[in-house]
Amino acid sequence: MAAADGQNLPQSFQEKAWHEVVLQTLKRNEIRLVPYVPDRVLTTLIKNIHADPFFTTFPTAREEEAVGIVSGAWMGGMRGAVLMQTSGFATLANVLASLAIPYQIPLIMFVSERGTLGEFNYGQSLVCRTMRPVLNSLAMEHHTTTRLDEFEFIVDRSIKQAITTQAPVALILSPLLTGGKAFEK
Amino acid sequence: MSDRMSTATTTPARNTKVMNRFDLTSRLVARLKNEEAVIGGIGNTNFDLWAAGHRPQNFYMLGSMGLAFPIALGVALAQPTRRVFALEGDGSLLMQLGCLSTIATLAPKNLTMIVMDNGVYQITGAQPTPAATVADVVAIATGCGLANSAWAADEEDFERLVDQSLSASRPTLIAVRIDDKPGVGATRRDPVQIRERFMLGLGVRQAL
Repeated sequence: MAAADGQNLPQSFQEKAWHEVVLQTLKRNEIRLVPYVPDRVLTTLIKNIHADPFFTTFPTAREEEAVGIVSGAWMGGMRGAVLMQTSGFATLANVLASLAIPYQIPLIMFVSERGTLGEFNYGQSLVCRTMRPVLNSLAMEHHTTTRLDEFEFIVDRSIKQAITTQAPVALILSPLLTGGKAFEK
Repeated sequence: MSDRMSTATTTPARNTKVMNRFDLTSRLVARLKNEEAVIGGIGNTNFDLWAAGHRPQNFYMLGSMGLAFPIALGVALAQPTRRVFALEGDGSLLMQLGCLSTIATLAPKNLTMIVMDNGVYQITGAQPTPAATVADVVAIATGCGLANSAWAADEEDFERLVDQSLSASRPTLIAVRIDDKPGVGATRRDPVQIRERFMLGLGVRQAL
């Protein structure tokens, strides 16, 4: 954890929470449209994005609906990103393979990772195991983010790469980064 | 009951004329004078949009069944001064009914949704949809909060509703009963070109 003590790190890395990094990095990259299907871990991020007039943000009924919306918006000149949890990602194989990838749309996804590191719901732990195989089978860029000191770099660079290469990216928010959703009883 | 099951397009409770998808799509396109965007849903819906004459502001879906309205919502949010139309089949809409309430909540006035309802999955062999004999698309849309939803009684009524929607102050849904004919064209299946040309047509990009 030497880096976290970090004299070498910019001030910004030391003080921001992970969700503040997401919000500010979205802003810096002109990503205004943020549809989501909520997750407990994303609560503060969603609340803060709603509170910031820079963003157009709203819940959708399904994750693939949100993917359709940001895809249309991107073609219309407005950048977007989708927030979801692991089980929501599991509903996306068809839209990734038939819309985002073949049409070369820079779909940016933040996936709050359930199903590992203390999961208490067996179904969540099973569906979590489908996520990386799906991403790998489609040869999609994805990163599992675990450390706050690397987080801004990964998010910022991944957004820029998605846009310039016109390819989707999934940023998986590990419980190591967010604290996850803990078993309470 | 067997009577109703076998004639999904002639459900007696409705007084709407059974029309034709290609004819209605051609009528729609003929009324678009201001570079309106049009999103064609999967299958016959975008085949007939293609056959009605390619326009730079047309987008054709080659998969992602059910996402014509969400994609159109995204375009409408990105370009609030452009009118955006989406063409969707009844079977496709059933896959993504939740989008109707999302659209009702955001209420983009520049979005017009057209539902081509023949009660069957024409392209897979004309099997009836689960909703064919029991559900009413306009009642569903109204229940989702899209108050400005109506059945078109005939072709002239369809054109009237399209014209109205061009100056509407809230999103419009127009449902039309259509026959079980297949689409009359076949979209060229080149997704990158479709997307790039659409972006050129919307003024988002300049040609290389």
